[in-house]
Amino acid sequence: MTPSDPSDEIMELQMGPSHPASHGTIKFNLKLDGERIVDCDVEVGYLHRGFEKMCEQGTWTQCFPYTDRLNYASPCINNVGFALAVEKLLDIEITERCKYVRMIMSEVARIADHLTCLGAASNEVGAGTVFMYMLEAREFLYDLIEAVTGARLTVTWCRVGGMTHDLPAGFADQMKSSFARIDQVLSDCDKLLSRNRVFIDRMSGIGILPKEDAISYGVSGPLLRATGISYDVRKAHPYLVYDRMNFEVPTGERGDNYDRFNVRFREMEQSKRIIEQALATLPEGPVSITDPKVVLPAKEKVYNSIEGLMNHFKLIMEGIHVPAGEVYQAVEGANGELGFYVVSDGSGRPYRVRVRPPCFLGMSALNKMLVGHMIPDIITTFGMVNMIGGECDR
Amino acid sequence: MLIEKLKQRFGGEILGAESAHGEETITIGREHAYDILRALRDEPGFEFNFLSDLTAVDWLDRKPRFDVVYHLNSLTLSHRLRVKIGVDGTDAWVDSVVGNWGAADWLEREVFDMFGIDFKGHPDLRRILMYDSFEGHPLRKDYRYDKRQPIVDEIDPIVNPRHSSR
Repeated sequence: MTPSDPSDEIMELQMGPSHPASHGTIKFNLKLDGERIVDCDVEVGYLHRGFEKMCEQGTWTQCFPYTDRLNYASPCINNVGFALAVEKLLDIEITERCKYVRMIMSEVARIADHLTCLGAASNEVGAGTVFMYMLEAREFLYDLIEAVTGARLTVTWCRVGGMTHDLPAGFADQMKSSFARIDQVLSDCDKLLSRNRVFIDRMSGIGILPKEDAISYGVSGPLLRATGISYDVRKAHPYLVYDRMNFEVPTGERGDNYDRFNVRFREMEQSKRIIEQALATLPEGPVSITDPKVVLPAKEKVYNSIEGLMNHFKLIMEGIHVPAGEVYQAVEGANGELGFYVVSDGSGRPYRVRVRPPCFLGMSALNKMLVGHMIPDIITTFGMVNMIGGECDR
Repeated sequence: MLIEKLKQRFGGEILGAESAHGEETITIGREHAYDILRALRDEPGFEFNFLSDLTAVDWLDRKPRFDVVYHLNSLTLSHRLRVKIGVDGTDAWVDSVVGNWGAADWLEREVFDMFGIDFKGHPDLRRILMYDSFEGHPLRKDYRYDKRQPIVDEIDPIVNPRHSSR
């Protein structure tokens, strides 16, 4: 009996949850033939914190800090999605100004998320300069987010029926000067990467996901648009005031990593267009509605009248009484269709809050994208999927 | 509109239908659920080729206890539909729809992990978010949110300090 040749065996390797090149705690149970991947079992759940269970324990407003921590690269979008879902269930109409402001901040968050994704992915293939440039650009956006919400990451800025407070004075000017510098950064990064031989060799033709598989696996966002299908929740099921804005949805052709990079890069330019149009047509007015059953009364009323005090007390202690029912609200997150399925039993506490995480479905398709490629391709493909642990595992 | 078309096509299979907040919901039984969902995916006029979400809700004191909820979306016709299947607590299973949408693979694993509902025909039904030796199904309403199941014994530094300094 001839001894088995070790070079014919399939080697099992675990690319463990803490890996310096993977962004997030994710485990790949690899079966390798030399350096080629024969099978890859993706193991998620290392950042599972029980978001859905904890939302059931508090009131509706107490869910907002939890939603920040979902996709922590673009927390404004999560806040907006949950607020829209609850407002749909309450059948209330938010003010015009609120719609515009939420849309502006969602697009700012989207640009910040794409900068993080592309910067980190470029770092992994060796383009450290691009990483630093993109993070510098992101700093300008974080300054903006901090001016509006008070925090860079855990914003907790939306409320049911409106927001905590309005945009600060001088926001439009700060936005303009930030964009002047961000444009410079983006054009530098474009010159460095888009026609770079090494970058194209690493990214092009790698991690291809065919169209039919992408639709079947429920993949959405830049991953789906890179395959050529232009499905964007902002265009297909418009929410806020996206239907009044003039913007394109960039698509790719082959569904490989290079197309995903390109789609994200061009989406940043489109987001900038949306923000500029929104700032030009931003209506005046209050940013929260004045329904005493939904929105907290002004502090002057709370401290100076018994009715204001009682109103405040009831809303804080019991929560907003949302009528029994269920609603599914989808928004376009940075990774794709971010859905909130919210079930109410009529009390002030949610009965069930389900988040439909776009990168969870993207990760389920990762096996298909990786089989047949080599170990270094895991880094680039995983970087382009942009799994955010908080959103995938909740 | 969509609900009328569904009632015409599926007749008595539709146990309940509702239209609220701009969304349509139908409730079906689990016996023919796989075929109904396949028809919803393939037939012209429905064309729900995108499974947005597959999840469950635990109505603890209601019979049937669980609702398995499918959120269907059509990329071609841009309409959405919610399909619910009522499932008993003691006999909790539905047919897996992995054959219709590849997205069901991980989504059904998560519902199994969190609620304990079995998906017959799923190729690899195991836990996905919780660790393998976890006992119980956390999103069920009778699972306490503050119940602790550590793999390694927890050391309370006040009661049982490791070092005997100070």
